[in-house]
Amino acid sequence: MSFRGTSLEDGVEMAAQDGMAVMVNGEERRCATGVTVAGLLEELGLHPRMVVVERNREILERERYGAVEVQPGDALELVHFVGGG
Amino acid sequence: MGQGTQNGDRPLEIAGRTFRSRLILGTGKYRSNEDMVRAFAAADVEMVTVAVRRVDLDRTKEEGILYHLDPEQVFLLPNTAGCYTAEEAVRYARLGRAAGISDWVKLEVIGDQTTLLPDVAATLEAAGTLVAEGFKVLAYTNDDLITALRLEDAGCAAVMPLASPIGSGLGLVNPYFIREIKRRLSCPVIVDAGVGTASDACLTMEQGVDGILMNTAVAEADDAPRMALAMKLAVVAGREAFLAGRMPRREVAVPSSPRAGMLA
Repeated sequence: MSFRGTSLEDGVEMAAQDGMAVMVNGEERRCATGVTVAGLLEELGLHPRMVVVERNREILERERYGAVEVQPGDALELVHFVGGG
Repeated sequence: MGQGTQNGDRPLEIAGRTFRSRLILGTGKYRSNEDMVRAFAAADVEMVTVAVRRVDLDRTKEEGILYHLDPEQVFLLPNTAGCYTAEEAVRYARLGRAAGISDWVKLEVIGDQTTLLPDVAATLEAAGTLVAEGFKVLAYTNDDLITALRLEDAGCAAVMPLASPIGSGLGLVNPYFIREIKRRLSCPVIVDAGVGTASDACLTMEQGVDGILMNTAVAEADDAPRMALAMKLAVVAGREAFLAGRMPRREVAVPSSPRAGMLA
């Protein structure tokens, strides 16, 4: 695939710029505009049943992962159970 | 152990749920997940604690505990370990509940990094909030009777005073206050933290408390499954000894064999 008047690298960079910045577990990440929470989890290789999502300090019910779109600047926390006493 | 009751003892009941085992184990610090699973089988535990933490996004092979434990087989009790404020503990409790397993939480609000002793004011505050939100709160606290009474008044499902600091293995440092807490509270009293070996567990149960929660003593033993078995037996032994009612302590010897019938 080629881009008229630009190199492939420029095209990739432009695509990245088209995405949006979000905070995931305290780190900035770029993801595609319009991606749902379910889509983001899939991208990260996480099973929806194995994580709890907190979005801007509010817990997001699992049933809504497929419907809710990630917004630019969202702060997402993806947590799960680990060993503890 | 057989069916729930033995020799007239009632099963442990917390918030309407009954447990035949009075031993609750943590899931932290095992050498391997296999070791942990074998320890739980050896101890025959029905309830284990888990912590809520961020998923490690860079190491997606790092699996959550749910890949090793079946919530249908063992009841998971999410904790708020590592929280230093009431607000933080409430946030963790809500996240734990959102996992969809239960509305139970082991509430823990730490007040000091060196001793990991609880911040009792913050614990009481968080307990009030969580009880109002419908949580079944099992509250970790120190061996202070007044705090224990207030946690019960706040609606906690169980009050869990420490034997000694978390992970210390120092055993039961204040049997008198633990007995007093058990005597004065109506809700279950589970001693949480500080047990180091089987004799500690046995001595703790001999005070009449309803159960023990421990983690490090099993996880850090050279042979965790074997220590888990020892703890199971110690908890049963201590409970039975309590129910049996011990003989009085005397500072004199009393012979066990009759004086009568001795040869002239």
